[in-house]
Amino acid sequence: MAGADPQTPPMLEVRGLDVHYGAIQALHDLSLSVKKGQIVTLIGCNGAGKTTTLRAISGIVRPSGGGVFYEGASITAAPPYRLVRMGIAHSPEGRGIFSNLSVSENLDLGAYARSDHDEIARDRERSLTLFPRVRERLKQNAGTLSGGEQQMLAIARALMARPRLLLLDEPSLGLAPQIVQTIFKIIREINERGTTILLVEQNAHMALKVAHYAYVLEVGRIAMADEAAVLEKSDAVRKAYLGVG
Amino acid sequence: MRSLVDSSIELRPRLGPTILASLWPIVVGIAFAVAMQLFVKPNINDYFAKQLLDIGISIVLAVSLTMVNGFTGQFSMGHAGFMAAGGYAAGAVCYYVSLRIWGTGGARGSILSGMPLDPSGLPSFAVGDLLFLGSLLVGGLVSALLGFLVGLPSLRLRGDYLAIVTLGFGEIVRVLIQQTEPVIKTAAEAAQTPVLELPIHVGGALGFTGLPKYTSLFWAYLVAAITIIVAFRLKRSTFGRAFLSIREDEIASEVMGVNTTRFKVWAFVIAAFFAGVAGGLFAHTLGVGLSAEAAGFMKSFDVIIMVVLGGLGSISGATAAAIVFTLLPEVLRDPLATPAWIVVAILGVWASLSGLAAWRSREGGAERPWVMKLALKLLIPGACVVAIYLAGKNGIDLSPYRMIFFALLLILMMIFRPEGLLGVREIWEREAWSWLIGGRRKAVAASPPQGGGS
Ligand SMILES: Nc1ncnc2c1ncn2[C@@H]1O[C@H](COP(=O)(O)OP(=O)(O)OP(=O)(O)O)[C@@H](O)[C@H]1O
Ligand SMILES: [Mg+2]
Repeated sequence: MAGADPQTPPMLEVRGLDVHYGAIQALHDLSLSVKKGQIVTLIGCNGAGKTTTLRAISGIVRPSGGGVFYEGASITAAPPYRLVRMGIAHSPEGRGIFSNLSVSENLDLGAYARSDHDEIARDRERSLTLFPRVRERLKQNAGTLSGGEQQMLAIARALMARPRLLLLDEPSLGLAPQIVQTIFKIIREINERGTTILLVEQNAHMALKVAHYAYVLEVGRIAMADEAAVLEKSDAVRKAYLGVG
Repeated sequence: MRSLVDSSIELRPRLGPTILASLWPIVVGIAFAVAMQLFVKPNINDYFAKQLLDIGISIVLAVSLTMVNGFTGQFSMGHAGFMAAGGYAAGAVCYYVSLRIWGTGGARGSILSGMPLDPSGLPSFAVGDLLFLGSLLVGGLVSALLGFLVGLPSLRLRGDYLAIVTLGFGEIVRVLIQQTEPVIKTAAEAAQTPVLELPIHVGGALGFTGLPKYTSLFWAYLVAAITIIVAFRLKRSTFGRAFLSIREDEIASEVMGVNTTRFKVWAFVIAAFFAGVAGGLFAHTLGVGLSAEAAGFMKSFDVIIMVVLGGLGSISGATAAAIVFTLLPEVLRDPLATPAWIVVAILGVWASLSGLAAWRSREGGAERPWVMKLALKLLIPGACVVAIYLAGKNGIDLSPYRMIFFALLLILMMIFRPEGLLGVREIWEREAWSWLIGGRRKAVAASPPQGGGS
């Protein structure tokens, strides 16, 4: 698909990122890039720094060194609420559902930064077509959805921003295998409709299946990077992340 | 799809126009305030009128506090500090301007301020009223500025820490007021004092006495109406959803594109403005001694109780709670001589709404028999009403136990309805109500469909 041309600069580029939480350094000189049109996944163990990477990209934490570039421009110091206007949507770890608001209001907030009403209505319809279960529950308080439904809502809400780049933090967390399948199918569908995706996952198996390119993060450093299909077959990854002997 | 139509997203204009847009509610508000003064006031006794006045001011305080504590979920405990600061600022302007211009601190209002028609034939909206209006605005602005200063630390603080900061703010205001100079009593003295020094002559520990008494039902309900309208416009707009999203999950809110910092400060500033105006109303009320105690924690606590009981973020809930809470001490003291019927009416409406909800969900397979639920919901308020009535009939004064009563009420509330009377929703968004209205709104009450696509 797109992004195969080596000449075009990547859509998102992270260069030499350092992030500290107080005295703890969570990311060390981390670099990665995401090509337009691709699904790139970032896998790693608990505490490897995956969430921190996404937070640094969307400006929730400030890096102490290095930079983040989006479509050629630096967004290193940009506050999070700006990024969504530049086409980056972030579905945060733990879903970040607004529990006491209705499902419908949650979706509306996804489009908070936009004002093109007709298009918003269209995107709403599109998201709801992707997630029929969300449509059935529009009037319900979002906090009363099941875990899987909340995750669907979180993704649907992120889509309401009509992002060009979608940051997903562990969309499969705590979901039954069948729902995980559904979610990953939808992730691929979203990508096929032209949205670039940076996917953080614990479920390396599924992530590597759906992604074009993958990075393996180990204690704040990139340990491996390659085409997802290649990594999936590499012994090191199979041993450490896919639980294969 | 039906749901698509009524949940379509409205325009997202700027904050200012959002608050001011569409004038008709304001016109209705003004008409209501005028009617309160010109038609209700002459037909009730002074005691009842004073109760209504206190209710108006309480509504302003409760509804403004719910914008901070309810909409954005910051926990401010210094609302009385803003009120007192605004009250003193408004009082200083109104009193000293009167003294300088007219040589006396007396009021020169119109019939809207509850004054008799001026023999000199001043128009019904007299100069004194304009001065009073200006003073209220000054009080509001001073308070809003303080709100901005207190709102700034709220960017870094949350939860308990912010509560402590705002608590400290109230105490600082209280202590500072105590340090002020005695009030200047005569026009001659006032003329000799430099203008910039006048604001520190607000009475210190003795209190600010001699203020012109402009506050009337008109003014109280005018401000109350405006506060409610502004709160609704904020809550109903996309801004309102942004406010509520901050309270739900700040990080998620920020990545949706909400500038959470700006909104949190705005909430503080708007709430402080109205608290300041409420302070101005309070300061100019007949029979009120404005003193540093107005800034005290107990007063802040009263407002917090109203907001928590009403349901954090519910405007109608805060309004209802303000009415009940203001009347309750009087009702407890002597229920037969007071407008107790207002409390009874509110309890009654609430009880019948929950009763209806219980009745309606009788097929819903509730965990308890619906008859019991219904009985419980009707019994508790009913028992309260009967107990209070009997106490009154036998001349028992319950008012010394008022704090015990509130404490019990809060404890019961936290056990049975931790989200307050109404949670973040409004009265008409309750299930029973929407069922009553029926039709289109029925969808809200309908239980979620089971199963679904997979
Ligand atoms: N707010 C914080 N303060 C201090 N340390 C933090 C903070 N957030 C994360 N860390 C630390 O930074 C490291 C990376 O955390 P991060 O959340 O990025 O991991 P992760 O890869 O997303 O893990 P998981 O898969 O469990 O979600 C961890 O050691 C964690 O303890
Ligand atoms: Mg994580």
